[in-house]
Amino acid sequence: MAHFEKANNLNEWLDQRIGLNTLKRVLNTEYWIPKDINFLWVMGMVLAATFGILVISGIFLLMYYKPDTNLAFDSVNYTIMSEVGYGWLWRHIHGVGASIVFLIIYIHMFTGIYYSSYKKGRELIWLSGMGLFVAFSAEAFSGYMLPWGQMSYWAGMVITNLFSGGSLEAYALVEWIRGDYVPGDAYLTRFFMLHVFLIPLVIIGLIVLHFGTLRLPHVNNQEGADIDYEEAAALYKAGKKKESKVIPFSPVFLSKDIFVMGVYFILFFYLVFYHFDFAMDPVNFDPANGLKTPAHIYPEWYFLWSYEILRPFSKDVGLIAFAISQVALFALPFIDRSPNVAPAHKRGLFQIWFWALLVIMITLTALGKLPPTDPLFAAMGLVFAVLFLLMGPALFIITMFEKKLEKGA
Amino acid sequence: MRELKIFAVVAFFSLLTYYLVEPYAHHEMHKKVDANGNEIIIKSHGFTYDGTDDIAEAERKGDAALVTKKKAFWSDVATVSKMTGNAAAGEAVFANCMACHNGANINMGGVIPPNLDHAGAIYDKNYLIALIKDPAMASNVDHKYADTSTHPMGSIKFTVSDNQQIADVVAYMQEHKAGEVTPKEAFTEACVRCHAVRYTKTTQIGETPKFKYKKDELAHEIKVIEEQDKVKAYMGNLPPDLSMMIRARGAHYLETFIENPQGQLPGTSMPRVGLNAEGYEKVKAYLSEAGDPSKKAREELGPWVIGFFIFFTILAFFWKKSMWRDLH
Repeated sequence: MAHFEKANNLNEWLDQRIGLNTLKRVLNTEYWIPKDINFLWVMGMVLAATFGILVISGIFLLMYYKPDTNLAFDSVNYTIMSEVGYGWLWRHIHGVGASIVFLIIYIHMFTGIYYSSYKKGRELIWLSGMGLFVAFSAEAFSGYMLPWGQMSYWAGMVITNLFSGGSLEAYALVEWIRGDYVPGDAYLTRFFMLHVFLIPLVIIGLIVLHFGTLRLPHVNNQEGADIDYEEAAALYKAGKKKESKVIPFSPVFLSKDIFVMGVYFILFFYLVFYHFDFAMDPVNFDPANGLKTPAHIYPEWYFLWSYEILRPFSKDVGLIAFAISQVALFALPFIDRSPNVAPAHKRGLFQIWFWALLVIMITLTALGKLPPTDPLFAAMGLVFAVLFLLMGPALFIITMFEKKLEKGA
Repeated sequence: MRELKIFAVVAFFSLLTYYLVEPYAHHEMHKKVDANGNEIIIKSHGFTYDGTDDIAEAERKGDAALVTKKKAFWSDVATVSKMTGNAAAGEAVFANCMACHNGANINMGGVIPPNLDHAGAIYDKNYLIALIKDPAMASNVDHKYADTSTHPMGSIKFTVSDNQQIADVVAYMQEHKAGEVTPKEAFTEACVRCHAVRYTKTTQIGETPKFKYKKDELAHEIKVIEEQDKVKAYMGNLPPDLSMMIRARGAHYLETFIENPQGQLPGTSMPRVGLNAEGYEKVKAYLSEAGDPSKKAREELGPWVIGFFIFFTILAFFWKKSMWRDLH
């Protein structure tokens, strides 16, 4: 038992019991962040804030939503949208947030790739981040089922069908997942459970892990410089702030965080109030009807690139290509053989590879929504899907021959 | 500044992606092409009716006889439209209409004949003329009827056939069946015989009253089902509930579809209803109230929330400045 003295104030009282001052020091005032960063370094905190907003708006929606195929559509579109005070606001925040969170995730990911932030001790940051990407995808998909509109139903039908494994014809597995032959009440209630309980729990766990993996290797910086944190921290604490290469998380990094978040929230609420349609597909305002297939079935924009890798091939090849594309990005730290941690513009061919990856993924995203009945779009879909799959081997080869950069360059 | 350059790159790729998956993809998805692969541009004519779309559709079908028939019909309509109608004489002709359009809410030949209390205000003049001349041609569903006289309103051919009579009765409606009209009245007269709106408790037989006894409620429900069965038999399918239609279809689609259903949905059994611009605005207002009632609150609250975050960001900017001042 530790020694306890009479505390003079709440801070002391808490410090004796949970080590408040140590916590503050370790997590805030002496958690060192490199000084050489730009606003892209704030995207992690922007994601955390957006997740918070999704949780809060979700809690309000959860109070009125009814997971029942007969009631779900009207509980969202009538009860929440017109009877509940500010129900419309929470719903639009939740809908726009669910879409915008993926934009930020993609920016966050491409930032990591550009600055080689997945290399040399930072592999687990990348892997836990990819785990979060998968968990967010599952969260988005399960949430999309809940309003029980036409697109909920038919996207659910198409995606669960993928588990039949093409020629394996594993329909028993599909039925097990659905709890029925087609999406119905059992299907809706289990996706409701996943969306409001199990997946959020997994996401919270992964966020903690993601932050944890960041602690020892530290955040990367704009030049990929190897910083001696003890030396830099000592300089900062000695008041030599100009000479030190680091800043404390709180309040210095946080002040940048809060400013960028402010800019982000201006954009976010502009979308919530005036431009929410992109996140709430009109087709989903038609109630689910199992007898009426919509003319075009497509996923939300953030799944389009992987959907397009599935589409242009024959059934089995398509499924295999799709499966590879889902796990390919996990392998990034291990495919990249380069000895350098540096921004792409200092890594020769890697720079070309980076921009090619971005262009290929945006092109696939666009093609995923364009009708494949047009022969030009179908041909482009095939070409770009193959290009995407070749990007892995290409990275392996170009990074094998990448020269080691001089230190301090 | 490096940060602004990076921001420009991020913004460029985000907006490019947005353009490709929203405006561009939706245009490509809903594009309609004719037999030669040329794009058919579907546009509104401001809720006036002169048969332009109908004739173009017949031309695309390559049916020369139909083209001639449609041209002749709409040129007749134009002729009557130029005649001067006598409202007083029209009142007597209108008595013929009252035989069916009497507000008794009884299904006749498939649907309940609509109430004409505001017909002169919400429908286009040319459309009314066309409808009296030939209901199937006017509403652009002539493909459904071998002979117009099999249309539920087909008997009009034998009762009002003289051009002057048509001009008179239309003049009568424009003078006496007009006046101030509410969105609800416009919607009820133009749409409700076929479409229900469950969010406003409206069915094909009108607004559902409150019942004291369960027995009466069930009896009413049976009446609704019976009416829906008749409409279903006549239309081929039960026309959709319009509660969320304002959000399920874009503004352009709604406008062009209501003006000429065949343009957006070739072969549909939905007749053109012939609303004029004012009538359409009223119907749209009603649909907005049912499916998007928060629009006003949204637009009022928006500037406050965004204003708050602008203020917040300005303060945050100065805080950041002060924090980073002695770092470089």
